[in-house]
Amino acid sequence: MSHDTIKDQSMLKQKEMIAGHFSKLATAKESGRKVVYTFVPGNLTELLLSFDLLPVYPEINALQSGMRKKSGAYVTEAEKYGHSEDVCAYVKSDIGMLKSGNIGPTGEKLPPPDLLLLSYTGCFTFMKWFELLKREYDCPVVMLHVPYQGDGTMTPDMRKYVVDQIKGELIPKLEQLSGKTYDEDRLKEYLRRSARAEDDLVWVLESARHRPSPIDGYFGGVYYIGPIFTAFRGTEDAIDYYRLLRAEVKDRIEKGLGPVTPEGHMGSEKYRLVVEGPPNWTHFNEFWKMFYDEGAVVVASTYTRVGGVYDLGFRHDPERPLETLADYCGGCYTNLNLPSRIDLLCKYVTEYQADGLLINSIKSCNSFSAGQLMMMREVEKRTGKPAGFVETDLVDPRYFSAANIKNRLESYLQMIEQKRKGGTTCSASLGDGVRRLEVLP
Amino acid sequence: MNVFCGIDLGSTTTKAVLLDERGDILGRGITNSRSNYFLAAEIARDEAFIGARFTLIDRELSRLSEGDKQSSGFRKRLLTQFRKQQLLSQLHLLRDKSIEEAATDRYRDIGHALNQKLIHIFETMEEGIRRPRLNAGKKSDFFRDQASSEYSRLAESVAEESIPFELLMSIFDKVIILVENQRMDLTFEGNIRTALGACIDGDNAGLADSYAQAVARAAAIPLTELRAIGTGYGRQRLPFPKEMIRSEILCHGLGANISFPGTATVLDIGGQDTKAIQVDARGIVTSFQMNDRCAAGCGRYLGYIADEMNLGVHELGPMAMNSTRHVKINSTCTVFAGAELRDRLTMGQRREDILAGLHRAIILRAMALLARSGGVSNEFTFTGGVANNQAAVAALRKLVSENYGDRKLNISPDSIYTGALGAAHFALRAESESRTESASPMSSSVGGSP
Repeated sequence: MSHDTIKDQSMLKQKEMIAGHFSKLATAKESGRKVVYTFVPGNLTELLLSFDLLPVYPEINALQSGMRKKSGAYVTEAEKYGHSEDVCAYVKSDIGMLKSGNIGPTGEKLPPPDLLLLSYTGCFTFMKWFELLKREYDCPVVMLHVPYQGDGTMTPDMRKYVVDQIKGELIPKLEQLSGKTYDEDRLKEYLRRSARAEDDLVWVLESARHRPSPIDGYFGGVYYIGPIFTAFRGTEDAIDYYRLLRAEVKDRIEKGLGPVTPEGHMGSEKYRLVVEGPPNWTHFNEFWKMFYDEGAVVVASTYTRVGGVYDLGFRHDPERPLETLADYCGGCYTNLNLPSRIDLLCKYVTEYQADGLLINSIKSCNSFSAGQLMMMREVEKRTGKPAGFVETDLVDPRYFSAANIKNRLESYLQMIEQKRKGGTTCSASLGDGVRRLEVLP
Repeated sequence: MNVFCGIDLGSTTTKAVLLDERGDILGRGITNSRSNYFLAAEIARDEAFIGARFTLIDRELSRLSEGDKQSSGFRKRLLTQFRKQQLLSQLHLLRDKSIEEAATDRYRDIGHALNQKLIHIFETMEEGIRRPRLNAGKKSDFFRDQASSEYSRLAESVAEESIPFELLMSIFDKVIILVENQRMDLTFEGNIRTALGACIDGDNAGLADSYAQAVARAAAIPLTELRAIGTGYGRQRLPFPKEMIRSEILCHGLGANISFPGTATVLDIGGQDTKAIQVDARGIVTSFQMNDRCAAGCGRYLGYIADEMNLGVHELGPMAMNSTRHVKINSTCTVFAGAELRDRLTMGQRREDILAGLHRAIILRAMALLARSGGVSNEFTFTGGVANNQAAVAALRKLVSENYGDRKLNISPDSIYTGALGAAHFALRAESESRTESASPMSSSVGGSP
């Protein structure tokens, strides 16, 4: 079918891009390329690429380890070195991977970092994580202090504060590391390409406003944000990828199709949800199945905004290269204050015509989890839509209790159903499908 | 007569509730869940139908002019005889299977002597059932528990060196599973005739005849189950059609609201989970929280503590009520609490005081869930097995009043049926909905606009 061919194109493209990047990393030493470890939120990929540096994102490696069922062993390996059960599972998976030979997601060895770059300080764990890596690798660290959006905006002073650090500390360090001088025109080219891909990404994410939604904006969404949030932003590859993806989604809308799941096209759309919080990676498909089996599609999620809330209007702006980078650092989702996060969730519930908000609270992620119960109550109050709460972890398989999560999710969906019916009854579709309980004659 | 059934497949027990079309409870049934949810559901449902027949008998008897007192005596005797018939059927199966087991090769050296001992044990047990019982204080409603305590008492008395107690018990343990998992006729239809014959002997002929006719009229009323809804942990294991399944959170919310119509907040502490539920005036769940990752502070915690102290679970509450000193227990981790318990006992603290502290610890955990679900509003209904524990109730009452002020606390002695009751009402509602729909055909709004 032509549809499947098109679907394969964007997935194959992404796969190819990832493989290419990891093979560059595997041969970095021989090719003389320098490697910078950095994190997804507020990453400065365009700047790094303009110096021909190769970025590595440790939390992406950790989530990949989770999906490949390797994180459990890595986590316990890290615990042998004294990391407590309550430490962020991304950190432990990364440390465990490092201690087990540092083999990356594609099976190739990852090079050690030449620089550790921290460009988002809203997550305290990130700092501790790089302290650990610094001890392992004994390499230089650059830490940009990025102010929290305490009042809900990035003020000119805050922007200047970050720009000054990029100019005064980061660029000199990158020049020294790469042996190249800062080329602002080159940076602008990267930023221009970023913005083009970002436009298509936003189009794809917002396609979920359709009924039925052609995409799952959470489980499917994490694949869609892959290139833009990591090493490919600012590249022609990213532009191509999002162009392909957009065409595929457009095709699905025209055909009236729902999202593609690991088991093919999703059946009829019964519930539209907004999800807050990262997914669980160790049981990703199992978790997703619990949704699509019930006809629940996620129309918007905050996790797909961790690397930038593009749908609020932000685009990388080549005319203000350093300012735009500063804005990007300060604009990632977890750097927003709680009232802004609540506003965003309410906006999603309303604009995407969702039936409610579901929070997947992550045991070891304070950046996301702090304040979630308050957010949940507030969104319920403002939108009048029911909210639900499940708890899992990122990559520690010990904290995924399938029966319990399924039970809660089903209860939540039935609660939505009950509310929809105005409370007199609660059955989902008791019209034609009614049968007696024949197992009990 | 049309009836509606709700079945709650719990981790420990399976419950069924049968409603008539007005929503009145006709009958209830409960059994232990075994490892076979399928059978457990059938048995609980059969029991609910038996309960329904007895309710119908009550209705018929109340129409007789001879006066309530005498007929209620008859009704009581009839039920006793009926239960006796059920017990005997199960006992006979247990006996036959045990004797079959004793005849296997494994016991060929002691076969005859073993057979004699088993026959003696079962004859004595049967006598015990047939004899009118004076001390009715039985511990459990389940055949397994009743048979187990009687069998082990007798096994202890007949055991000797060549046929030790352990050997006799190992036969019982093996066979009771077979008996529990074998379908046998314990139904109303199968046993009522014998029961009736056994209990109208003493009455005068005219009265006996009118009783028998009342029973016959009750038995003749056709009971048509229009809908059944399943809930509880085992619900996924039964081939219920998807529309016939509700989560136990919704069922507990609705069940509590049916039992106590003013209910706004529900706390359910069961064997393996604790649920804090908020419902609106119609019993619809608006918010809920459950324990997860860890079952600390659930019913099993008390079971473990009872084992540690060599007590029955039902003894914990009354003992804790005799506490005179406040003891603070920090751990709600079941295993740690066991350690803390032993530690405090060696320090010379009183069991009563420690137990009161343990009950408080459970309730503190429940308080945290309640807070997360949106607090405690008026009225507040407490359900689940732990609601029968007076020390837990006392701790809850105190903590709720300290944290939320005066709240009306509802506890039903039948709270164990709350989930099944909610499920049965969902069945009833589904029926009335489908009638409304077929009366005025409207497009179903599944996935429709909010």
